[in-house]
Amino acid sequence: MNFVKNAAGRLVPTEVHGVGAFAPYRGALSRILEGNPSPSAFPKRKPEPPCRSKVAPSLKAAIEKSGLENGMTVSFHHHLRNGDKVIPLVLETLLQMGFRDLTFAPSSIPDSHDCVADYVRKGLIRRIWTSGARGEVGRMISRGEMGEMVIIRSHGGRARAIEEGSIQIDVAFLAAPACDALGNFTGCIGKSACGSLGYAITDARFARHVIAVTDNLVEYPLHPHVSVPQYLVNQVVVVDSLGDPAKIATGAARITRNPLDLKVAENAYRLLSASGILAPGCSFQVGAGGASLAVAAFVRDHMREKGIQGSFGLGGISGYMSQMLEEGLFRGLFDVQSFDSSVTGSMVRNRSHMEIDPSWYANPMNQGCLVHNLDVVILAALEVDTDFNVNVLTGNDGYLRGASGGHSDTAAGARVAIVVAPSFRGGVPTIKDRVQTIVTPGETVDAIATERGICINPRRADLWEAARKANLPIREITDLKKEVERFTGVPEPVELDTDRVVAVVEYRDGTLLDSIYRVRE
Amino acid sequence: MRAMRSMLYIPGNAPGMIQNAAVFGADLIMIDLEDAVALAEKDAARDIAAGFLRHYDFGDLPVVVRINGADTPFFEADLESIVPLQPFAIRLPKCQAPSDVLLADAKMMEIEEKAGLPAGSVPIHAMLESARGIEHAYAIATACPRVRALTLGGQDLTADLGIQKTREGWEFFYARSRVVMAAKAAGIDAFDTVWTDFNDPEGLFREAKQIVELGFTGKAAIHPSQVPIIHRAFRPDEREVRKAERILAAAEEAERQGRGVVAVDGKMVDAPIIARARHLISLAGLYGMEGGEER
Repeated sequence: MNFVKNAAGRLVPTEVHGVGAFAPYRGALSRILEGNPSPSAFPKRKPEPPCRSKVAPSLKAAIEKSGLENGMTVSFHHHLRNGDKVIPLVLETLLQMGFRDLTFAPSSIPDSHDCVADYVRKGLIRRIWTSGARGEVGRMISRGEMGEMVIIRSHGGRARAIEEGSIQIDVAFLAAPACDALGNFTGCIGKSACGSLGYAITDARFARHVIAVTDNLVEYPLHPHVSVPQYLVNQVVVVDSLGDPAKIATGAARITRNPLDLKVAENAYRLLSASGILAPGCSFQVGAGGASLAVAAFVRDHMREKGIQGSFGLGGISGYMSQMLEEGLFRGLFDVQSFDSSVTGSMVRNRSHMEIDPSWYANPMNQGCLVHNLDVVILAALEVDTDFNVNVLTGNDGYLRGASGGHSDTAAGARVAIVVAPSFRGGVPTIKDRVQTIVTPGETVDAIATERGICINPRRADLWEAARKANLPIREITDLKKEVERFTGVPEPVELDTDRVVAVVEYRDGTLLDSIYRVRE
Repeated sequence: MRAMRSMLYIPGNAPGMIQNAAVFGADLIMIDLEDAVALAEKDAARDIAAGFLRHYDFGDLPVVVRINGADTPFFEADLESIVPLQPFAIRLPKCQAPSDVLLADAKMMEIEEKAGLPAGSVPIHAMLESARGIEHAYAIATACPRVRALTLGGQDLTADLGIQKTREGWEFFYARSRVVMAAKAAGIDAFDTVWTDFNDPEGLFREAKQIVELGFTGKAAIHPSQVPIIHRAFRPDEREVRKAERILAAAEEAERQGRGVVAVDGKMVDAPIIARARHLISLAGLYGMEGGEER
């Protein structure tokens, strides 16, 4: 295998076996600014003859009719999170039917789906193209159990890859919490409701064959909201249950009470406040995790106090963000993926809470995605390095245990991208000389907020100056690293088999950003 | 002036909290070996506290350790392992009379001598948490030179008085006044008790404001979120700070000209007013309020 060093200083393969050649990462905006047209890959699809019902007699019958063959690509969305039973049900049915060597290309793999590792071992799945992996699937990949390299893409990058034809979906199995007999479906209604079905929209539009899987066949027409229209759907399969509603729509994420996370969030907020970016018309994205969501709480108070109305909230949307919309703190919310149960109904109630597909959200190669209009994004990290590169994929033990998500998309697009993380966790420092895996290049990260101070990327002299004027606790990243290492020590590097790449991290523009190696056990 | 507005309680058996104690901005921290630690954890807490004092760099953050009382089997062992490590102070619980302080003092003398430390070098913060203790406040404050602060223990005091703590806290008005008066008379600091409901920041702010007005040096915090609220209560009024600046400027000018008495804003200014202005300016310094600019 040939390797080349990319602009982030990482060795990446020039080719992925069975897929083709890949260019190395050249810089965050290089491919966009080069201005070459992006290939377009609308699939050839057979027309469905006029009918009054597309309901298939069974999942097996639907699969037979879909024309799926060994070696083809199947896709799924991950909107049902840990409550999802559709992925295991479909994979088991495919195994029973004798399929082999499929490419498994879900938008992400829910944490609960350790079973995917077994379907790899049994030969059903040969390739995995997704956002990341955790649990047994992550360990299986990191141990080198797969014959083919895994390709990890960001949410925007996956949408681009689908539109460009790098991912050609043969059959999309799309869980549909409410669906009518002709295949109009949505995620906002039904006992298995999950809110936005953003990722399903792109898959439905570009798959060669689309099967909607529902446990809630409603009278025609589905109303008052349709996420995926009937003209994109070939068949409807009715099953008893899409999954466990308690795990599909978890309770509203609450603001953390952990004092350390709150300190981290406060420092991030103080930087935002000092930067002057929290002005009327600002746009904002936060994750649902501890410190990230807590930043939203500080921002909310700030906006209320100063009477600021923002432009839009974006992303994975939590109940917290939909409350901010209802309070009038944003004009609109763009929701590619809903995080908790309190959001599920909001899109039906509130026309300003809009469902978006991931290309609209973050595809860098279209004519304008929303992340490119973001003012602020708050991001989490497993580790960061002194060049501000961020890793959210591999853990301290070297194993794959995270997902790329929208991390690199939002960091590249937002005017201010702040990573929030405690300076050490479980005795292990967060700031390293070199992160094990880059998911988001340091050139797109503006600051790292910790409980012990704020590190500002030297590329952002303006932010540094604003922080200095506001007397914020600014720290040189190398100084903070040394301070923390005084009580944690410097961790021993993980033993990796650098001859064996088990996964590649594709940057959002389709170039290769980093390689993930087999862990020596 | 060392700021001592807030003292953050941290259980001695919570190393994860002790290692991060410095980031919350408290002026002092207090590692607790007493009420926050269950009986079965006493030895572990003592070892952890000693380990941190020995090996961990708290920077310039003063660390007070609250030991178990003389009526417990842990008292001597606590003193023996903590005193040689020279914490900022030992907080001595349940002081009822000067004899309680003298008992600890004698024990600490022995330990200091054995450890080769100057006699009396480790201060005591004497905790008054009973009616008897409150009534002996001045005698306790002056029992020995090692006593550098009186602290009010509200939880035990309500139990001793057989009363409920109210949100308004007027039932502590006498005890608080007594503690402050005794401490000031002895020339030492006075620390107020904790506000236990950390879901009630407004109640805390109101109480903190009261104790600032009574003259306490600082107040204990049982949760990091309480620290900024206590600091806000100590924040001097902007106009008062500007006036204090004018007083000090006038006083300096008068001194240069050899005049004893000065007038500011049409009022005569004398030595106690100048002293108070100095205190206010140093407090204002903690909030970045000096020089007419607020941050």
